[in-house]
Amino acid sequence: MADVNERDDQGRKQARASPWLLLAPGVVFLFLFFFFPLFTLFQMSLSYRPSRFEDPVFGWEWSNYSEAFSQYGEQFSRSFVYAGLATLAALAIAYPLAYVIAFRGGRYKNVLLGLVVVPFFTNFLIRTLAWKTIVGDQGWVVDTLRWIGILGENESLLRRPIAVVGGLTYNFLPFMVLPIYVALEKIDPRLVDAARDLYSNTWRAFRKIVFPLSLPGVFAGSLLVFIPAAGDFVNAYYLGSAKTTMIGNVVQNQFLVQVDYPVAAALSFVFMAIVMMIVVVYSKILGTEDIA
Amino acid sequence: MLRLARGLAQGIPSRIGVRVTKSLAVALHPGIERAKVPRSRGIRGRTAEVSEIQPEGGRPLPPLEGARPEADAVISIDHVTKRFGAFVAVDDAHFDIARGEFFSMLGPSGCGKTTTLRMIAGFEQPSTGEIRLDGKDMSRVPPYKRQVNTVFQQYALFPHMNVWDNVAFGLRATKVPKPEISKRVNDLLGVVRLAGFAERRPGQLSGGQQQRVALARALVNYPRALLLDEPLGALDLKLRQAMQLELKRIQRELDITFIFVTHDQEEALTMSDRIAVMNEGRVEQIGTPEQIYHEPASVFVAGFIGMANLLPARVDGRDGELAIARVAGDHFVRVEAAPGVADGAEATLMVRPERAHLRVDEPPAGLIGIPTDVVDLVFQGPVVRFELRIADGTTLVAHVGPEDDLPLLRPGDRVWMCWEPGAGRLLAPSGHSAPMPGVDNTKELSTIVRSHQ
Repeated sequence: MADVNERDDQGRKQARASPWLLLAPGVVFLFLFFFFPLFTLFQMSLSYRPSRFEDPVFGWEWSNYSEAFSQYGEQFSRSFVYAGLATLAALAIAYPLAYVIAFRGGRYKNVLLGLVVVPFFTNFLIRTLAWKTIVGDQGWVVDTLRWIGILGENESLLRRPIAVVGGLTYNFLPFMVLPIYVALEKIDPRLVDAARDLYSNTWRAFRKIVFPLSLPGVFAGSLLVFIPAAGDFVNAYYLGSAKTTMIGNVVQNQFLVQVDYPVAAALSFVFMAIVMMIVVVYSKILGTEDIA
Repeated sequence: MLRLARGLAQGIPSRIGVRVTKSLAVALHPGIERAKVPRSRGIRGRTAEVSEIQPEGGRPLPPLEGARPEADAVISIDHVTKRFGAFVAVDDAHFDIARGEFFSMLGPSGCGKTTTLRMIAGFEQPSTGEIRLDGKDMSRVPPYKRQVNTVFQQYALFPHMNVWDNVAFGLRATKVPKPEISKRVNDLLGVVRLAGFAERRPGQLSGGQQQRVALARALVNYPRALLLDEPLGALDLKLRQAMQLELKRIQRELDITFIFVTHDQEEALTMSDRIAVMNEGRVEQIGTPEQIYHEPASVFVAGFIGMANLLPARVDGRDGELAIARVAGDHFVRVEAAPGVADGAEATLMVRPERAHLRVDEPPAGLIGIPTDVVDLVFQGPVVRFELRIADGTTLVAHVGPEDDLPLLRPGDRVWMCWEPGAGRLLAPSGHSAPMPGVDNTKELSTIVRSHQ
């Protein structure tokens, strides 16, 4: 009898322990390669450099943060504006695309999805350089726009905000298409039938049924585009000019060119804090936990 | 037995049922109040109380003034054929569905019943033929402009809306004023007994509750006809039986035409005023449950509804109303023949197991019998189920009650399987059963329906 109880106890202990065991590899990994470096970075953001050629020393140097705000406010706001515009543009392109693939794709669904992912087979940098060629001064896009008269004789697309936003949209578009497709694909077509049966034309059925049910996909896609786009520096570097510098370029410059680690670290933390705030507000507005 | 069961089913007052408010019934049928129609109104005249069974028997009731213009067709299916590529899903369906009728389309999967329903709803267009709603051709009318509503197979409730918003969906689409919406939604939630559930999401409801939300969502629009696509398929047996009575009650109280699609013959028999039995796109027979069961028009109908012994037979001649058929080798039987059974042709003799009797001795004149060997017998409570074999190897089944007063029988014993002349029926091979009784018979409909009260 006692034996049985003991075995029971053991079993229960095992049952309680197993989720932790399953979590362990992930937790250890995250601790070693995320939380620990994050802490180091935080320490760095509060350090100062005794001189240009010495290593930074910790010393509650909050001035790094005020410098980050006061000197680079413009780049911060530009980053979030560009990322926001790229997210909207990607949404405008991706939603109809995902909709057609999900509801009208038929047996070509997987082929079409494959085509959406194909650009990923090319390196990110190469894609950006390709985009530079496409919208370059000798490219057919600029030629056409000049011929129509949208661009003046000596105007170009490169080095302007539109080139950067376009590049961001182009590079992160698949991240928007895929989650929206998944959300749309899950919608039971009979719900649309039901809406049409209940005196709703196609447009009302879309507004009241399909769109609300696809919001989790829109939410996920927007975050997957917005966050990396806001932190990106490659597009602004290759497609923009000094007037389109984003916060990613500043961080890159501080770390690798100025070697001013404390300010670069402070910039990174400010960026992270702003992104987190935006995500929280955004999820409150969309109320996704309610839908999922 | 069947008749008794049906009577009982309808006689059971809804135990916790909320009765339809008078105002709701008046809103549905504006003529009712002024006309002072008796309680047992309508073409069926079936009533909730067993005691109200009417003395006229089979005689047609006098026409009722006011409640309805007449027993006219709400929906006409006029020689409708639907093809998907080379596949003919519905083959020349032609029938009318009357106002206030509980009409079922019954058949195995792929028989075209759901396609027919979807054509009535407007989700599919007939390849040829015409579907009329209140006499108007619906061919080019999209679903959202048709005054019919559907209860879908898996309910198709909107998961992101609560019960209230689900039910109000159709009314909001048609811009019904707010106070009216709120009154009608409340009324209907009462009818389906979900008054306390308005704030719940569909995901928080049981299958039976979801089913009733779907019903309320469709009925709240006061449709000309309610289309139900196997609505009970996802429920367990107990709940399904309860919902059958519930559906019947709601249909009777709201007096709305129900068009019910099912593959479950028992369900169709329990609830319907008339049943259309479909097979491979063709309507095999249309009739009351009693007609379908006792006078099947084809072998398919006989086999699909209830149990039936089917014996190969050859029509040998006529004896007045009855046909003379040769079965089981050299036995000549006089038997009622379904339309389409030709002299000299192959046919099938049908005898229901419960209409068969067993006798040890050769039956007297007036009783038809064929000699058989007992293969197996199983005691089933009210009846003993006998499995019998005749000379040509065909297996027959007889359900024998205590009134047959048999000696103890064992497998291998010889007995006569007998039946009254009226109990058997000669059927044409499936697919050659035209012309069918009950098709295109809206005029006869009232008589048929009344005659089986």
